[in-house]
Amino acid sequence: MSQIGSFALLLALALSAYSFLGGLMALVIKGPGSGRLGETARRAGIASFAIVFLAAVVLVVAAFQNDFSIAYIFHHSNRELPAPYKFATLWSGQEGSLLFWSLLLSAYGLVLRLRYKTDVRLFAHASVIIAAVQVFFLLLLNFAAHPFAVMQGSLPPDGNGLNPLLQYPEMVIHPPMLYLGYVGFTVPFAFALAALIMRYPGEKWIQITRRWTMVTWGFLTCGVFLGAHWAYSVLGWGGYWGWDPVENASLMPWLTGTAFLHSVMMQEKRGMLKTWNMWLIFSTFMLSIFGTFLTRSGVVSSVHAFAQSSIGDWFVAFLAIIFATCLFFYVKNRSHLRTEHKLESLISRESSFLFNNLLLLVACFTVLWGTLFPVLSEWVQGTKVTVGPPFFNRVNVPVALLLLLLTAVGPLLAWRRTSVESLKRNFLWPAVGALVAGVLLVALGMKPWTDVSYFYSLMTIMLSALVALTVVSEFIRGGRVIGRHTGQNLFASMVQLAHRNTRRYGGYIVHFGVIVIMIGFAGAVFNQDKEQEMGFGDKMTIGAYTLVCQSYTQDDNPNYGSEWAVMNVFKGGKQIATLNPERRFYKASQQTSTMVANRSTPQEDLYVVYEGQNLDTGRPIIKVHLNPLVMWIWVGVWIIIAGTVVALIPNAVPVRVPAPVRLRAEPVGAGD
Amino acid sequence: MRITQNSEDARLPISVPLLSSHYSLLSSRAKRGICCSPLSKEAADSSSLSLLGMTRRFLRRSSQLITLSLAVFAFLGAGDQSARVNDLGHRMMCVCGCNQILLECNHVGCAYSDRMRAELVAAVDRGDNDDLTLQGFVQKYGTTVMAAPTKTGFNRVAWIMPYLTLVLGLGTVVLIIGVWRGRGGNGEGGGGIGGGGSGGPGSGPEFERFRDQARKDTET
Repeated sequence: MSQIGSFALLLALALSAYSFLGGLMALVIKGPGSGRLGETARRAGIASFAIVFLAAVVLVVAAFQNDFSIAYIFHHSNRELPAPYKFATLWSGQEGSLLFWSLLLSAYGLVLRLRYKTDVRLFAHASVIIAAVQVFFLLLLNFAAHPFAVMQGSLPPDGNGLNPLLQYPEMVIHPPMLYLGYVGFTVPFAFALAALIMRYPGEKWIQITRRWTMVTWGFLTCGVFLGAHWAYSVLGWGGYWGWDPVENASLMPWLTGTAFLHSVMMQEKRGMLKTWNMWLIFSTFMLSIFGTFLTRSGVVSSVHAFAQSSIGDWFVAFLAIIFATCLFFYVKNRSHLRTEHKLESLISRESSFLFNNLLLLVACFTVLWGTLFPVLSEWVQGTKVTVGPPFFNRVNVPVALLLLLLTAVGPLLAWRRTSVESLKRNFLWPAVGALVAGVLLVALGMKPWTDVSYFYSLMTIMLSALVALTVVSEFIRGGRVIGRHTGQNLFASMVQLAHRNTRRYGGYIVHFGVIVIMIGFAGAVFNQDKEQEMGFGDKMTIGAYTLVCQSYTQDDNPNYGSEWAVMNVFKGGKQIATLNPERRFYKASQQTSTMVANRSTPQEDLYVVYEGQNLDTGRPIIKVHLNPLVMWIWVGVWIIIAGTVVALIPNAVPVRVPAPVRLRAEPVGAGD
Repeated sequence: MRITQNSEDARLPISVPLLSSHYSLLSSRAKRGICCSPLSKEAADSSSLSLLGMTRRFLRRSSQLITLSLAVFAFLGAGDQSARVNDLGHRMMCVCGCNQILLECNHVGCAYSDRMRAELVAAVDRGDNDDLTLQGFVQKYGTTVMAAPTKTGFNRVAWIMPYLTLVLGLGTVVLIIGVWRGRGGNGEGGGGIGGGGSGGPGSGPEFERFRDQARKDTET
């Protein structure tokens, strides 16, 4: 089995190297045979997908067959591991996850190479760049992190098992989503670099890559929030985001990718920010690689220690090569990136995009700075300092609030310039609504003057109300205009409106999802928790809930032993639920894991953790968190996904409306 | 976001001594209330209020008021102490290697967090101020015990850089906008009404008039 896998990896490396070098020669040497050479390079790239896929299948089959002669399977699986987790073994460790990365990259490459007729020359350039990235990962797999390395000595009877923290249903989908995001940014990067290298005329490359970028961004969003949900459900500390370096590593490309999705519209519509966009997409790709470096190098301490090794140097070298290549072609061809239009007014959509990009990049820099500061501090003063949640929350929350404000204002601004009257007209009622929301919250007992976190929470909710009202008013206003001409009801008109400009209204839905998430974050200020040792019939009260320990017991199965408590939950004297917080002890890995019992409602989460047993009394220690509004975070993610899907749908043919004046023009205030 | 705030923190080591002090104050106050009531009635029934009686009543009222104030103050103080423990506990990390905030470390039998929490409560009960308490922890457990860089020496740079970046960035954006606005007609020839480089006239009062009209008519 291991020989097949090893051979497949070598063959994939050879094919990718051919795809890269052959493709490169076909582009550089303009002779009669260059077309055919380019075609063979394209086909080699396609074949490399089949071979990497074979290698991945071999590893998964080895996991199912308990082939512990392969060191990777021995370290990350065991006989009693349930089938879905055996499948997830593929991305559960260093070598396997690199193979998975390579598989996804070859899959993206396959789609790109099959669609080459869209623009043969541009796609040929992009294919070469993707092949180059693929060569790097296959070099790693063959020479630094071999997934098919065999065990030395006698064959072990059973494996070490999968990390217990990973034995949770979400871990079967969280890494693939995250990797689809990380790896996916290779495609827009490849197109951007290709366009720069060949001095591609116009902005067509952006239109070609627009969907790639949105899909990739959507995957990364899902991956990041699935990770947050996994942390919330498994780690048992009552939170979902701990500013761990690896969490930060996933957030950074997301922030620059979000900035790119916004500013790229300026390039499409107005031919502006070409250099900026080029470097944004370069940075996003480099941050994806940097994130992988952080996860695997051990340069910063992280809870994701299961993936640390000494391959960091490879990534540093790769990052240096990427940066040097980007810089070289930028310097060589920067005249091609001259902006076509001037900016006419400070109050315009263009300005709002500039400020939006600034804030997103400041947030990204802050996260990067905080993540690397311990290393810098050790280097400068000889001692490593901790940069934890208090730092990140303090510096990022104000930036996030400014971004929320821009999210509300930006879409109301027209391209080129906006009249103050128009801004006032569109902004007045949402602003009044936001103020009313603030006053109501204070009347209901929120005291923003007592603590800065309450102030931030209040501002978050007010600004979220502002965004929500502007989004809703945009839909209603547009729906009314269409309704007047078509006679449809308001809802049907709004659906048609969204269908006519899916990107714009899909974007609004995404914005709505973001504010729903922000409201979920704002609830964290009101978190409560309580910890108590609970015997039979013992009670604990938190908020409006009373928990009564009905019983506690133990169980055992081949994979793990477990202890859990049966907690009856009462509210207003009535039993409303029974929760079973659990703690597991995995036999193969000799590690424990928490299974949180969570009763989630739109109002709050009752989050119950079985922390362990008091060894003297044998009674369980239960910690209960009451976390308001957390459900809205996950609802918001679904809304973002829905918005992204809407934005990906092609526009419907516009309804023909008789123009009220002779001038036929595209809407200036509308557009993306 | 790991922003958690324990309301009336229920950790027994913290709340028990504070609550017991509340109970003792309340009970002493209640006892006084029982013994005072008949005396007050007596005084009210008395037809001639002597100076001595007035003084007694004044003293009694004063003692009640002082007791009540002390009780209230004790309540406030207790709340403050609990809030201080909560605040300081969220400014430090557990040093067991779990990378969690001290008050959020959820490992039963963790070799560090229980001890550190007890030390924190003791320091607050002793009346140590925040700086002294944190300094004590840094001396004992090293600088990594602090969840965020301090605002002294080189660590100050950690806090300054994000804000400096924001300010410099804002300045740059404003500067860029100013430069672009000042750039008279550079490349404007390609600007169509909808943007994107399509052809058409790009300036002139008539064009501006048409554009305003178009904006009015098409603005949704």
